[in-house]
Amino acid sequence: MKSFVLILVPLVAAVLAALWPGNRTRPLLLPAAGTLHSLLAFWMFLDPPAVAPGTWLGFDPLARAVLPAVSLLFLVCAWYGVAYLKVRSERPNRVFVAALLAVLGLLSAGLQARHVGLLWIFTEAVTLAAVPLLHFNGTPRAFEATWKYLLVGGTGIALSLLGSLCLGYASLYGGGQGDLTFEALIAQGGGLSRTWVLIAWVLLLVGYGTKMGLAPMHTWKPEAYGEAPGIVGALLAGGVTTVAFSAILRVRSVVGAAGEGLIADCTLLAIGLFSMLVAALFLLGTRDYKRMLAYSSIEHMGILTIGASFGPAGVAAALFHVWSNGLTKGALFLSAGNIRRAAGSPSMDAVRGMALLTPRSAAIFVTGMFAVTALPPFGPFFSELKVVRAALETGHWGATAMFLVCLLLAFFGLTRVVFGIVDGRPRAATRAGSQRFVETAGVILPPLALLGLSLWLGLFTPDVLVDAWSAAVSQLFPTP
Amino acid sequence: MNSNLNLLIGLAMGLNLLALGTGRLPALIRAMSAQGVILGVMPVIMEHELDWRVALVALATMVGKGLIIPALLRRATRAVSIDRELEPIIGFVPSLLLGAAGAIAALALTQVLPLMPEHAGSLLVPGALATVFTGFILLIGRTKAISQVCGYLILENGIYLFGLLLIKAMPLLVEAGVLLDLTVGVFIIGIIVDRIQRAFDSLDTRKLTALRE
Repeated sequence: MKSFVLILVPLVAAVLAALWPGNRTRPLLLPAAGTLHSLLAFWMFLDPPAVAPGTWLGFDPLARAVLPAVSLLFLVCAWYGVAYLKVRSERPNRVFVAALLAVLGLLSAGLQARHVGLLWIFTEAVTLAAVPLLHFNGTPRAFEATWKYLLVGGTGIALSLLGSLCLGYASLYGGGQGDLTFEALIAQGGGLSRTWVLIAWVLLLVGYGTKMGLAPMHTWKPEAYGEAPGIVGALLAGGVTTVAFSAILRVRSVVGAAGEGLIADCTLLAIGLFSMLVAALFLLGTRDYKRMLAYSSIEHMGILTIGASFGPAGVAAALFHVWSNGLTKGALFLSAGNIRRAAGSPSMDAVRGMALLTPRSAAIFVTGMFAVTALPPFGPFFSELKVVRAALETGHWGATAMFLVCLLLAFFGLTRVVFGIVDGRPRAATRAGSQRFVETAGVILPPLALLGLSLWLGLFTPDVLVDAWSAAVSQLFPTP
Repeated sequence: MNSNLNLLIGLAMGLNLLALGTGRLPALIRAMSAQGVILGVMPVIMEHELDWRVALVALATMVGKGLIIPALLRRATRAVSIDRELEPIIGFVPSLLLGAAGAIAALALTQVLPLMPEHAGSLLVPGALATVFTGFILLIGRTKAISQVCGYLILENGIYLFGLLLIKAMPLLVEAGVLLDLTVGVFIIGIIVDRIQRAFDSLDTRKLTALRE
């Protein structure tokens, strides 16, 4: 019951936003719905409702382990959104606000989906609902980014449907009765047809991996993150990717139950390391600080995938990283959005000296950059440390070495771009443009809050969170 | 019953080749919509007694893939006054050969896959694989946005063919989802195509290169 309310609150708010007459007051629906959603999500987090076996939708341990992070991220972004849309009051925001709220509702549904088909439908719906967010700026480049997002994302989503159907056929071939809940598939376990399970795994990994932005299916990401407003980037990087990752985790547990866990882990490790490598190399080359964030996001999706390949301890570390990455990356996207508005250009060739022009945003940007490159005591340091520990415990020495090298390369790439735009003397053109941008509390406090949350997550990881992660792990690796 | 079904699947596979070999967008759209209608007929002849849910899927497929989407695409074609794919990345003859090779490979691959006895003699699996492959060739090998949308739809048709294997055992939810999302997806793609056209005065996606890394 409560899990339906969790989905309905944002969706009803989205309908309200679509009908709301005032352009100026409409954005207030964002924090209103966000607050309600967060309150409910954390209530359910602290007092998890029982999930009846066989239900298609429910707040199960995996949803409990990641959904509050998405809700929290949305809440902070919603407050930022109010200030941001005030700055952009010249543009109608009806579709934008409605789509943001719809994305939250569909994300909550996708994270709670316990049925292969349902999960696919919600992922597809999120993909479509995010389209109006990407071309909010209305520039030709934004339309171009949206086209690529639709074409690449659409193909990915089509492949994941094909994969879902193959999983269905695997169950049918093994004598299944057409029950496609993950629970039933895991229970069928060794009865599933192995050939079809492996075909399904490849297709689903490619399909949902496209949604996550794993290399080499990442090509939509730099475009989309580079052209969309910062708030959209934050929600895509911390929310939409989380749904895809939880989908991969759920499918992985079915593949594991069918007795092919080893192959699944090998492919996860390979694709994760490849994503990190590609992202690190592109980070060394890019000159655009918003595209830089996209490559950094690809790198962290790689870290999640690698974590997921190291068995129970690794999955727990990956779930930790979902929280720490989502919140820290949010701070980076929001502060980068401020810098972008003030500087008028996304390229480090045209922008410098932002420490003088937007001192607060620049400070958050630099701190966030250090946090996301795993500087202690921020959250990502501890979650990545856990991934490394899980890797060493399972004896993956070579993978660990490569993981650390990629992290180092990414660090070089990120510092190069970040200090390139923060340091130095501002150019005259930038200086003139930045006078129109005022660093109000509305655009500074939200990224600061996210940074604070990341710090809190690193320093005082609450026991209840750790319990939630291990409960999710025992859901994904059921002991017979 | 099975032979009738196989005949229809064979027709759909023939339309794949037609779609690959043509450079004229109206012909491409016609091939795609004919394939849609054929797909719509399939569930009706597969079932012994006509369930209302199956009938609904059949009707929705025929109307959606056979009428509405092609009409939208034709409108888009007229709006941008383009009716030819002039410089495909993969030429028409090579893509035709690729498509034919793909169909043969699909037939060979099906021999290896474990299939349930009632599906063993059917062309559903090779048809689905060949159609998905055709969709990919069009998505990768064509430069005009409308051709790519057609490629995407043919890809979806292939997935639908595979879905027919499961139409009895699985709730229709999956199929309903396909139709709904397909329609919405193309609708949105259509709007985007419109916007791209206004922004670039052409439908050539190769010109979308400002964001190249």
